[in-house]
Amino acid sequence: MSGALEVAGEALHSHASPVSGHGMGGPAPKRIIVGYGFWIFLLSDVVMFASFFAAYAVLFKNTAGGPSARDLFDLHNTAVQTGCLLLSTFTCGMAGLAVAERNMRWTQLMLLLTGLLGAAFLSLELHEFTGLVARGAGPTRSAFLSSFFTLVGCHGVHVTAGLLWLGTMMAQFQAKGFREDIRHRFLCFTLFWHALDIIWVGIFSLVYLVGTLPAEMLP
Amino acid sequence: MSVEEHFDAGSRVGEDRVPGAPHPERSLGEEIRGYVLGLALAIALTVAAFWAAGTHLIYGPGIAMAILVLAVAQMGIHLIFFLHITTDPDSTNNILALAFGVLAVCLIVFGSLWVMEHLNQSMPAMSEIRHLQP
Repeated sequence: MSGALEVAGEALHSHASPVSGHGMGGPAPKRIIVGYGFWIFLLSDVVMFASFFAAYAVLFKNTAGGPSARDLFDLHNTAVQTGCLLLSTFTCGMAGLAVAERNMRWTQLMLLLTGLLGAAFLSLELHEFTGLVARGAGPTRSAFLSSFFTLVGCHGVHVTAGLLWLGTMMAQFQAKGFREDIRHRFLCFTLFWHALDIIWVGIFSLVYLVGTLPAEMLP
Repeated sequence: MSVEEHFDAGSRVGEDRVPGAPHPERSLGEEIRGYVLGLALAIALTVAAFWAAGTHLIYGPGIAMAILVLAVAQMGIHLIFFLHITTDPDSTNNILALAFGVLAVCLIVFGSLWVMEHLNQSMPAMSEIRHLQP
């Protein structure tokens, strides 16, 4: 035991960076801390979405005599939305590779594509929502529709915030170049955007596909 | 004998992987291939889910479960190919946080469904409630 400590002591003196009391070798690099912290935040966001999913699953059949999911949802619209978001998550990954290569032109191009696909997704969703409200199937119609608008609307709000963040990132890369702090922000943005697509996978599968199955096929 | 061998069971301190970041040891071509493969798998699973929702080939009451399984599979594909979550020792912190998140999600969703289902069963029908009132 004392032998091990002596070895450790020697290693401490010969170590290049000063010991900071955060463990051998000092604290993790800032990039790791930023990424991990944002990962924890995303998981808490996912837990919040889980409670909206639970509310939807519980209230799904409580239509209060109003229209059900099968009467309302247009799966063609959902399919196009899914395609838009999936492609945008791919172009977002490509933008990440372009940033790693320090290629400004490809970074901006891929971020622009990501933004356009995200905006297309959002406009389809708004179109769907306004259509539903116009048909008298707004969030106040039934418990089912309240939970639907809360869950899908919350995802839509996240995408809107993501688009604003994306525009900020494009401007910051253009104005400040591939500076380290900007790259940290961008790393968090890519995590955020990928997580939004993972949540959308749950929404299109459970809300739209399972939701519109004939009543006798539902569990 | 180095410090790492003595004091660190897994990866060296400060060498953790960040989720979503490109792999440090892979070339650009390999990275792009990884994303394209992930995209192809995700598209295949999406198409399969939409197909399952409209087909008569699967036993009806099993379709919802099939769609759920396809969704979980696609989430896994996204985690592996886009967020680069691996079973590397470097990724242990990310995996542990993810495992806790999944636990919380399962408790909330299945717990709510379970409790509310039993509440519905225990509740008397609306006609009986009216009958009880004076």
